[in-house]
Amino acid sequence: MEARSETRDGFGDSLLGRLPGWALAAGALALIAAALVALALAGGDALPERSGPPVEELAVERTVLEPNRIELSLRNTGPDAVEIGQAFVNDAYVDFETSANRIGRLGSETIALAYPWQEGQPYVVSLVTSTGVVIEHEIAAAVETPAADGDFFGLMALLGTYVGIIPVVLGMLLLPAMRRFSHRWVRVLLALTVGLLGFLALDGALEGLELANGSGGAFGGAELVFLGAGLAFLALTGLDRYLEARRGRAAAAGSRGFQLALMVAIGIGLHNLGEGLAIGSAYAVGELALGAFLVIGFAIHNTTEGIAIVAPLTRERPAPARLLGLGMIAGAPAIAGALVGASIDNAELSAFLLGIGVGAIVQVIVQIAPALRDSAGRVLDAANAAAIAAGALALYLTGLLVTI
Amino acid sequence: MADRKDDRGISRRKLLAGGMVAAPTLALLHETVPHQGLHRALGGDHPTAASAAGSHAGSHATADGVPLHANGVGTAGPTFRAGESVDHRANGFNPTEILRDFDYGRARRLASGRVLREWEIVGADKELEVAPGVSFPAWTYNGRVPGPTLRCREGDLLRIRFTNGSQHPHTMHFHGLHPAAMDGIPDVGAGIIEPGKSTVYEFEAEPFGLHLYHCHVAPLAEHIARGMYGTFIVDPKRGRPEADEMVMVQHGYNTTFDAEGNQLYAVNGIPFHYMNEPVQVRRAEPVRIYLVNVLEYDPINSFHIHGNFFHYYPTGTSLEPSDFTDTVIQGQAQRGICELRFPHAGPFMFHAHKTEFAELGWMGFFEVG
Repeated sequence: MEARSETRDGFGDSLLGRLPGWALAAGALALIAAALVALALAGGDALPERSGPPVEELAVERTVLEPNRIELSLRNTGPDAVEIGQAFVNDAYVDFETSANRIGRLGSETIALAYPWQEGQPYVVSLVTSTGVVIEHEIAAAVETPAADGDFFGLMALLGTYVGIIPVVLGMLLLPAMRRFSHRWVRVLLALTVGLLGFLALDGALEGLELANGSGGAFGGAELVFLGAGLAFLALTGLDRYLEARRGRAAAAGSRGFQLALMVAIGIGLHNLGEGLAIGSAYAVGELALGAFLVIGFAIHNTTEGIAIVAPLTRERPAPARLLGLGMIAGAPAIAGALVGASIDNAELSAFLLGIGVGAIVQVIVQIAPALRDSAGRVLDAANAAAIAAGALALYLTGLLVTI
Repeated sequence: MADRKDDRGISRRKLLAGGMVAAPTLALLHETVPHQGLHRALGGDHPTAASAAGSHAGSHATADGVPLHANGVGTAGPTFRAGESVDHRANGFNPTEILRDFDYGRARRLASGRVLREWEIVGADKELEVAPGVSFPAWTYNGRVPGPTLRCREGDLLRIRFTNGSQHPHTMHFHGLHPAAMDGIPDVGAGIIEPGKSTVYEFEAEPFGLHLYHCHVAPLAEHIARGMYGTFIVDPKRGRPEADEMVMVQHGYNTTFDAEGNQLYAVNGIPFHYMNEPVQVRRAEPVRIYLVNVLEYDPINSFHIHGNFFHYYPTGTSLEPSDFTDTVIQGQAQRGICELRFPHAGPFMFHAHKTEFAELGWMGFFEVG
């Protein structure tokens, strides 16, 4: 007993004990840094080199097709440097330009190959590394990459307006009719919204995972979707708490219903960002069938999103300008998404943004859920269950109308 | 001895007539193949190194040309990256020199009146630059791909000492007539020659014609595909008419080692080589091409020449041509002699008319002067 207390006292009186917390932390960090440097200098030599051959991996982050030219943006996703020796397209060696043959770990490089490709045909670009390894990149159907000029931006803005803003605002036109609903039917309407949102979340997650798995990217695959979802969920939860607190301080700042509608609009907006991204990417590689079918399909599909936004507002009377604002928040990101998708066309970024959409929607569902409770406090009564199912089915069926 | 000098003399004159000197390659080989022991064994007399080393520097000056085909949009034909070529010096051989490099060995007349020819062949592992910036861990005979072109006359006694300097077991299996023990396959005669070991293959040169040799250790396809093959020419007793003679070995490199086709196709070692360094020939002069196909993994190969036709002697075992054509198909180990004259001056392509192979490296030019 005595010995132990003595030790404790001894420690408490020591120099360490009297140092402030930040100094202790700084000291520990310095020690860690010194140990890492020592490990890097000495430890590396103590271990043998990898026994196998170098692991050479390149991911193609972007493909640009111009007449007689195929340009690939490459990123080294493997542990070792990759040196490009030669390149062939569909079994014919080609001349190419690149600023550096050697691409270090996580480094990127652009390679431009001289090849008279034909519209609509499939191509396999093969890069032969210095060790003879062949890294292949498939172009399913060659289509000239749209130039990022004014016409292109105009077209993407139009596309985003058609598939994002217009349908959402159309859906919001149902608000006056929904105001006539009884309290019980408003709950059912909110349940329908949960069904709609749930399906959107599932849809976005699956699409994001599919993209992530196909990317082979340096910055990860599936985890990007979950990371995006988690970050969005936490950010929106924080935003909601902040708005709640502000509303508490200034009673005039807005109602609970409007705040919920705003959160739904933000969630749907983030989802539409991902949707716009998919549309833009599909357009860039020539896979998007533009025209009436796409516009009508999205209109029907996304009109349901408008209903979801106004569902919390049936007991309130916000100004038309505020309603339009909600519509813009939910719909306009489709424009930004289409622009980004068509001009960057990066699978990893798309997966991450889709993940953000998923997290945002899940957060909105969590927000709406309490409003579904009946007088007995149950969320899932028969009517709500049927409405959730109906919402999910509605999106599934209208989703069949649009294929990207 | 007299006979040996005579033989070499004739061949040397032919080579000079063709505008080529074999010695530079041999000198290069001499520099690159590890064979210190051989010098001692031969008492310092090494005929293949007879010519001055350094003469190859001149021929290298023309080696680094811009490929004829790079026009920036890809329509002028396949090419390696513009302005690049392999380092022939580091490789230790140059396809331009291999073309007219015939190795008659050390020859002497025996008491019986018969000619004995002896060669020293060394198996060696070697990292080759098979395309600019692309290396290939080759298994070679005497440090080059294809291996040396061994040439003799019908009825000669041949003695080939094979020393395995590679890390892998190898043999030399000759096409031709010989006893079973000299067949160069596992478990028969000397069987597999393990690393560091050597053996002597001895047999009579028959029948006359165009043959080949290659390693016969399993996995056979890989031992061949890695580069262990060469041409074996048995001249008829009365010889063939005077001509500008050259050997063309059709082969490939499966750089991914997946045993499914090749990433590079070539004649005489380096893809697209004769696009950058056209084969120089003279108008109206007789040209004889010893054409051999050792391509692994692909069922056929072919040879086509532009603006010309040739008489074709399958396997070279008959002195009468079987065909007058501009394209022949060869399966693996098939070979034949092409005899032709170029009626017009200028550049004329030759390539596999399996055009996939052509675009992956098996194409070149004759420059008719």
